[in-house]
Amino acid sequence: METLLKILEELHPEVDFKTEKALIDNKILDSFDIITLITEINEEFGVRIPVDEIVPENFNSAEALYKLIQRLQDEG
Amino acid sequence: MLFTSYGFILFLLVLFILYYAIPIKYQWVLLLIASFTFYSFSGWDNVAYITVTIIVTYIGATKIGQLHSQQEAFLKENRDKLSREEKKAYREQVKSKQKKYLIACLLLDLGILAVLKYTNFVISNINSVLRVFKAGEISFLDIALPMGISFYTFQAVGYLVDVYRGKYPPEKNLGKFALFVSFFPQLVQGPISRFDDLGRQLYGGHVFDAKNVSFGIQRILWGFFKKLVIADRILPAVRTITQNPDTYQGIYVLLGMVFYAVQLYADFTGGIDITIGIAEVLGIKVKENFERPFFSKSTAEYWRRWHITMGTWFRDYVFYPVSISGFMMKVSKFSREKLGEKIGKKVPVYLSTIIVWFATGIWHGASWNFIVWGLLNCLVIIVSQELEPFYAWFHSRFNVREKFLFKLFQVGRTFILMSAIRILDCYRNVPVTFRMYRSLLTKWNVNELFNGALLELGLEKTDYYVLIFGIIIMITVSLVQRSGSIREKLAARPYIVRYVAYVGLFISIIVFGAYGIGYDSNQFIYNQF
Repeated sequence: METLLKILEELHPEVDFKTEKALIDNKILDSFDIITLITEINEEFGVRIPVDEIVPENFNSAEALYKLIQRLQDEG
Repeated sequence: MLFTSYGFILFLLVLFILYYAIPIKYQWVLLLIASFTFYSFSGWDNVAYITVTIIVTYIGATKIGQLHSQQEAFLKENRDKLSREEKKAYREQVKSKQKKYLIACLLLDLGILAVLKYTNFVISNINSVLRVFKAGEISFLDIALPMGISFYTFQAVGYLVDVYRGKYPPEKNLGKFALFVSFFPQLVQGPISRFDDLGRQLYGGHVFDAKNVSFGIQRILWGFFKKLVIADRILPAVRTITQNPDTYQGIYVLLGMVFYAVQLYADFTGGIDITIGIAEVLGIKVKENFERPFFSKSTAEYWRRWHITMGTWFRDYVFYPVSISGFMMKVSKFSREKLGEKIGKKVPVYLSTIIVWFATGIWHGASWNFIVWGLLNCLVIIVSQELEPFYAWFHSRFNVREKFLFKLFQVGRTFILMSAIRILDCYRNVPVTFRMYRSLLTKWNVNELFNGALLELGLEKTDYYVLIFGIIIMITVSLVQRSGSIREKLAARPYIVRYVAYVGLFISIIVFGAYGIGYDSNQFIYNQF
C-alpha cells in the first residue's frame, strides 16, 4: 500500500489519497493520470491492469486500487 | 429525410401517435420499422451497408458470448479438479478464440467504413505522387458515404468490444440489436450510445408520460431554433469568408472563426437537441453530448464538454487499449531506460495521445485538413500538459485563479484557440488555412469591419439583428443552465410565463427561421462525418 500511495502522491501531491474516495467521480484523476498509474503499477508490482478493469469503482480510491492489484496478483 | 423538413415532422407525428396507441411490448418493433423507413429515404444501398454491419456484429458478439458462457460453465463444473495454472491456461485459450472473432468482425465493420470513406482520399494522395513522376492518374471511385456510417459503425464496434470484455452478455434478438444500431434519431449525427445504457431503454416499453412528451417537444423546438434561426442564417457569411480567402483576410479571418464557431455550435447542438427531444417524447433518455463547451477554461476541459460521447468512445476503445498495450509497456520500459525516468514516463502517454488525435481527425473526414486539425488539438493538449508546472508556479505567485476576469480570460483564450483550429473544417486546404493564420497576424485592420463590407458577406442588416437576438438567447440559456435544467425551472413558473416562452420560441422559429420561398434547409454539418 505504501508503494501505491507513493506513486499516487507523485502524480498529485495536493491530494490526500488516504481519505479521498472519489478520485474519478470528482475528476481528480484524468485519463493521462490513469495511464501513468497503470504503467507505474506494472513496473512496481509486475501486474498488468487490463482495459476492462478501468472502471471508476477500481480507481476511485487508493484502497480500491490496491484491492484490484491484489486480486490481479492472486489470479496470477 | 432532413430533420428540418416538413416530411420529417409528419413522420414524427405519425410515429408518436402510433407509438402510444399500440401495446407497449410492440413499441420496439415500431421503432425498428420507423428507423429503417427513415434510413431508406437516404437510399437502399445505404440500408444494405447498415444491414451488413448489424449482421456481422450480431454474429460476432453471439459467438464471443457463447464462448464466454461455455467458459463459465466449464470452470464452475471443474472448480475443484483444475489447478490455478490450468484454469489460467483454459481462460487464455478461450480468450484467444474470442479475439479471433473480435478481430474478424472489427476488420469487416471498420473495413466497410474505411473503404467507403477513405478510398478516394488514398487515391488522391497516390495521384499527387504519380503526378510528380508524370506517371498518369488513377480514377476516383464513384461512391457516396452512407448517412451516419461513422456513428453507427462506432456504436456497433463499442458494443462488440464490450461483449468481448465481458461487460454484458450479447443481445439474443437480432431485431432488437438492429434497433440499437439503427435507432433513427441518433443515426444522423450521434450521440454515440452504449448498449448497456440505450439498449434496455429501447426494448423496455414506455407508457405515455405528459412531462416527457412536453419536455421532449420543448427540446425539439429549441433544436430547431438553434438550427434554423442561428446556424442556417449565419452560414452564408461563413461560406463567403472561407471560400474567398484572397478577398477576406486579416480581421475577416477572425470574424470567420467566430462565425463558424457560432454556426457549428448551433448546428451540432441543435441537431443533438432534436435527437434527445425525439427520444424524450418516446420515453427514452439519450446521453447528453455537450456541457456548455464554450465556457471551458482549457482545451482538455473543452474536449470533455464538446461531443462528449465521441471523446469517451475514443478514450475507452482507442486511448486506453493502445496506451496500456503490451507494445506500449515495452516502449515505456525502453524510453525510461534510454531517456530517464521523467521523460520516459511521458512517452507512452503522449504517443497514445498522438495516435488518438490522428484517429479522431481522420474520423471527422478523409482529408489532410482534418488530420492537421487532430494533430493541432493534440499539440495544444500536450503543450498545456507540459506547461502545468508553469501554471502551478504562476498560481502560487499570483492569486488570480478564482478572479472573474482571469476566468474570463481563460474562457476567451480557449474559445479563440479552438476556433482557430476548427476553421480547418472550412478552408480549401491546409496551406490556405495557414496563409490565413499568417494574414490574421500580419494584416490586422479593424477599420475594415466598418466600411460596409459586413453587408457584402451574404447577410443583411436584419440578419445581423436576428443573429444577435438568437445568440443572446443562446448564451442566456447556457448561463441559466449552469444551475440546473432550464425546462424544470420554466415548468415551476406561472402558466402565463411558460406560455409566453413556448409560444415565443415557436413564433421565433416560424418568423426568424432561415427559410422562405424555395429555401431548402441545409444538411447538418456533422451528417457528413
